Amino acid sequence: MILVFVMGIIGFSLYFIPHPAARQFENTLSQWSIAIGSFAIFLAITSLIRRYINNIKRGKDVFYSIVALVALFGMAGLGLFAGIDEKSLFQKIFINVNVPLDATMFSLLAFYVTSAAYRAFRARNVEATLLLVTAVVVILGISTIGDTQVWLRKTAEWIMNVPNLAQKRGILIGVGLGVIATSVKIILGIERNWMGG
Amino acid sequence: MIGLVLSVLLSLNGVEVQARDVPDDQGGAVELRVNFSRPLDISKILIYRVANGDTVSKKVAELDVNGQTKIKYIDKHVKNGVPVQYTLFLISQLGDTLGTVRTQMVEAKPSIFNKRKTFLLLAVLSYIALLIYFMSQARRGRELYLRPIAGLIEVDNAIGRATEMGRPILFSPGLSTISDVATIAALNILAYITRKVAAYETRIIVPVYDPIVYTIAQEVVKDAYTAAGRPDLYRAEDVFFLTSRQFAYAAGVSGIMVREKTAANFFMGYFFAESLILAETGASTGAIQIAGTDAVTQLPFFITACDYTLMGEELYAAGAYLAKDPRLTATIKGQDVMKATLATLLLLITLIAFIGPKLGLHINWETFKAYIVGL
Repeated sequence: MILVFVMGIIGFSLYFIPHPAARQFENTLSQWSIAIGSFAIFLAITSLIRRYINNIKRGKDVFYSIVALVALFGMAGLGLFAGIDEKSLFQKIFINVNVPLDATMFSLLAFYVTSAAYRAFRARNVEATLLLVTAVVVILGISTIGDTQVWLRKTAEWIMNVPNLAQKRGILIGVGLGVIATSVKIILGIERNWMGG
Repeated sequence: MIGLVLSVLLSLNGVEVQARDVPDDQGGAVELRVNFSRPLDISKILIYRVANGDTVSKKVAELDVNGQTKIKYIDKHVKNGVPVQYTLFLISQLGDTLGTVRTQMVEAKPSIFNKRKTFLLLAVLSYIALLIYFMSQARRGRELYLRPIAGLIEVDNAIGRATEMGRPILFSPGLSTISDVATIAALNILAYITRKVAAYETRIIVPVYDPIVYTIAQEVVKDAYTAAGRPDLYRAEDVFFLTSRQFAYAAGVSGIMVREKTAANFFMGYFFAESLILAETGASTGAIQIAGTDAVTQLPFFITACDYTLMGEELYAAGAYLAKDPRLTATIKGQDVMKATLATLLLLITLIAFIGPKLGLHINWETFKAYIVGL
């Protein structure tokens, strides 16, 4: 608790001190967190392996667990013993398997956005109808139709720059105040749940 | 002004040069201002710097004048504590040197305190004082009214539903690191939910994205089970590191929701583009979903696909709200009072901006803004 208090006060003060010594101290703290992070990676991977081994022992999701373990050890082995340069097998697998898989998941978003939009735009009450009308104006305004209908483009821009930006700023002001309040609670030791207490 | 050295030399009529240490910085910078009081046939200014003790000067900049009457240049390559002198060569349109201007010795120095952030510091300290005032009031037993937050009221119902259905609960603490307050707030909520889950003997699954967050989440869950008097129910393999790749995490969590048929999903913390994949997959399984994030860009997705959403600071307030500790809830009251104060100030400023000019009140809003935000 003392450590949290001291480091919290130092962290707060550093924001107002431009002196190079303060910047250097900040960099040192960042390096410490990187060092702590490397230990955490070891613990995290241990938990991953333990989970999948337990799954195999229990006969639950056996295929997925084997795939995960083979991928984990296979890629780690390839990286450690065969290198990770551009022409290595590690890079080839990464570029030809990992990247397309990522892209596949990302592309699913298009379908999810459509289904979410359908649900959001159903005119069930006054608020939902307002949302529907606003969305239609913005969608048409920023599309090619907006190029021919200037009033539509201008209305869409106004919606985005005035009411939309105003609510965003309102949320961000609340977030800023919430961050300070949470930090104060942590620094003063009132909030201790996050450290398991 | 620390380290301020001002020199004005007029070796050419109509040209004024000022050199000074840049205030409120980490040092290593000197600001040069050139003012032309009358139109001169100058196209370029060549700036040379010589450090104290050196015999050779170094060219540091070549500035185009282009009819400007005021020119500002900051030399960011000066050694702290070493006096330097600048010589400016004024070059005509034809390429002739019209004259030279030499500054006095000037020294770059680092500042201990950034005075431009004074207002910001005072504002933050006032807010902290307000929070501490409400905390002390709560400690004395004063009842503080808190507005109801639907998403938090439903947390208990979601846990109850999962218990009745005999299905597990999924909790995702987001994709940010432990240095993010949203992640800390998520872990506070996790502690509360785990205590409830332990009391109801329901299973909770916590897939984690960040290795450091994983180690902390595991401690939080373990301690919450112990605090609830049921350490025997704690399953270490249910709090696990999944992956540190964004869409692999989305795929993994979606898979867990579908295979484990979770009855309640909690998405608390900072999320990116994967928010909609998680929330839509959860919605398709029929689970009750409560999300909380301060990621403004992801809020619409959660609002659409989840049953309840904690917006912005409601996420930070959640831990305090659920714990019902008067000292913690007092900070929510402090936040509300500060928000009301800021809203009033914003209205006043808007009013001044509208009617001020009519009353002869002219305010430089750019300077005002820079002063407020400490730029």
